[in-house]
Amino acid sequence: MKISFFVTCITDAVLPHVGIKSVELLERLGCSIYFNPRQTCCGQPLANTGYHEKAKKSMRLMIDSLLNDDVDYVVAPSGSCVLQVKEYPHFFKGEKLWQEKATLLAEKTREITDFIVNVLGVVDVGAKFEGIAAYHPSCHMTRLLGVKTPPLLLLEHVQGLTLKPFKGQDKCCGFGGTFAVKMSELSGAMVADKVRNIAAAGVDYVIGADNACLMNIEARIKHERLPIKVFHIVEVLAGGASS
Amino acid sequence: MSFKTSRLPLKKRIRANLNDSFMRNSIANAQDLLNQKRQDRFAELGDYEKWRDNAADIRQHVLDYLDHYLDQFIDNAEKAGAKVYCARNSAEANAVAVDVFREKQATVAVKSKSMVTEEIGLNEALSAVGVEIYETDLGEYLLQIDDNDKPSHIVVPALHKSRSRIRDLLAHKTNYQGDDAPENMTRHVRQVLRRIFLKAQIGITGCNFGIAENGAVVLVTNEGNGRFVTTLPKTQIVFMGIERIIPSLQDLDIMLSMLARSAVGSRATVYTSILTGPRHEQEVDGPEEMHIILVDNGRSQVLGSPFRSILRCIRCGTCMLECPAYRHISGHGYGTLYPGPLGAALMPALGGYEEYKDIPKICSLCGACNDVCPVKIPLYETIFEHRRVIAEDLGKTPLMENIAFTQYANVIGNSNLFNLVSKMAFLGNFAPKVGPLAAWSKERQMPKIAKQWFREWYAKRSKEREG
Repeated sequence: MKISFFVTCITDAVLPHVGIKSVELLERLGCSIYFNPRQTCCGQPLANTGYHEKAKKSMRLMIDSLLNDDVDYVVAPSGSCVLQVKEYPHFFKGEKLWQEKATLLAEKTREITDFIVNVLGVVDVGAKFEGIAAYHPSCHMTRLLGVKTPPLLLLEHVQGLTLKPFKGQDKCCGFGGTFAVKMSELSGAMVADKVRNIAAAGVDYVIGADNACLMNIEARIKHERLPIKVFHIVEVLAGGASS
Repeated sequence: MSFKTSRLPLKKRIRANLNDSFMRNSIANAQDLLNQKRQDRFAELGDYEKWRDNAADIRQHVLDYLDHYLDQFIDNAEKAGAKVYCARNSAEANAVAVDVFREKQATVAVKSKSMVTEEIGLNEALSAVGVEIYETDLGEYLLQIDDNDKPSHIVVPALHKSRSRIRDLLAHKTNYQGDDAPENMTRHVRQVLRRIFLKAQIGITGCNFGIAENGAVVLVTNEGNGRFVTTLPKTQIVFMGIERIIPSLQDLDIMLSMLARSAVGSRATVYTSILTGPRHEQEVDGPEEMHIILVDNGRSQVLGSPFRSILRCIRCGTCMLECPAYRHISGHGYGTLYPGPLGAALMPALGGYEEYKDIPKICSLCGACNDVCPVKIPLYETIFEHRRVIAEDLGKTPLMENIAFTQYANVIGNSNLFNLVSKMAFLGNFAPKVGPLAAWSKERQMPKIAKQWFREWYAKRSKEREG
């Protein structure tokens, strides 16, 4: 199966090892990877702040660089960025050609755990990870994209891993893109709550499937100097996430 | 009076509330308790989504044919003996009430909880003409005696007050000498209010639902004060937003099931009153006169806008209970009478962007509210669209923000430029943290931009494989 890999800008720039692990994992599962370096950012920060017109230039660029005649799927290690791409057709109302292309891209794009479970039909990737972890379900991925169970199914099959629930597990971590900057104090209070609850659960690790939220949570954990490590689910699944 | 409950600017308002740890604890506890109760009560109903779809359909249908249902409601309310008035704005609504007080030569009024009267500033308007007006809902009463403190939630207005604060307030203002047990404090307030009920000449209420097929006004309360307000005084005035209508009693069944569960996690509220006109000959209680004031106050403008669906709202407040931002700042952080996700969606549409363009910012777009709204208002989408209108149609975003986003758009809109930036961006790690980055750094460590981005690794790998 041929995959166009949509790395997402945060993974590309801040957590490149998650991109690398994603590629390794997908290749191990039998996919061949196509990565077009002309891709940039999905434009979500602009769109969420209200600048839809400004965002369209990068949306068009993304449509052209991610879509390729012979790729079967476009896969990204982020539910939030996938959600944004799936929303593209709404932004191109009245622009027939672009709306058609956007619709095609939206149909082909999948979040990585959703892709592994629902397209490849794999729930056990043969991973091992010793430890007790909390799983943070990201808002965009679970509520708006509707990818709830795939990451949990995959984690359930990781040998040695114990997942612990925690208070306020499904509450927003406070990132919200530009919200974290524009409303930084409120966002800070929200992530402080999230981290306090994670720490209270007595876990050594936090696992999530969206780098934006994980970056936010990790930034707070480091601020508090807590002995909790943060991993993207791909790092756990691909192996090499060291305890 | 406007929809504002605070004069502080946005950031100060938010900071003031973030610093109030008593309040934050009270709100967090209330959220957790009520959300759990709501989930339990809805689990009993069965297909939650189906119930929400039905309730949403009823409310949307009414809005799509509001002129028809308002006519029907007015006809039937008048047939039942009520006097019905239409007020375009606060001034007109208050003027009708003042006239009724004059005609009755009334000087004392009791009121059950009503958001629309808060909206139009009724208490201030009546006080200005010498009427003593008493709030009888426990929460509203506590706010009133606390120098007219503002509600922080639309159903549980004193949610921000802890019981020890309430005890101190009652001791200070009403000579209460007991402890902070809720039962004892409530008993005390009840005694105070009983004396007031007996001397009131006019009872004032809001309206949860107006029923078009029989002109009835439905009130739900948990404390019984609503019953007193509508039976003891000889005259009753009902304030009702024009969108409160539902077609029939059959629809009321569904709406009440949703309202009580969503608002307070109960199967039903303790008291549900269906008031059809004033007291009729064969009836034993009820007022001699009933005046119904239909209040527009911006609603018809919302009805004609792309945001009509917000008017489905049945004021249950469950979006606030679910909202992670509201959790930390309460209604006071929003500084609007309608706060939380409802406020972020409703305020700019009802009160105008000029005054309320800041409110949609108070949202991390997590979507939790969409999943619990009993009438399926697309809150997330509405807030999202408000942001677009503010940035694009009105150009009301700050200049520096606009410049920064234009630059960002230029970089991500150009692959060559983006690839160039990818090689140098890590240098930003060494730049001093100023402006928004400094604000982030106060609560969190700054994430580091990688020296070698993913794209560079991939390019190298491809080269190695080829070579």
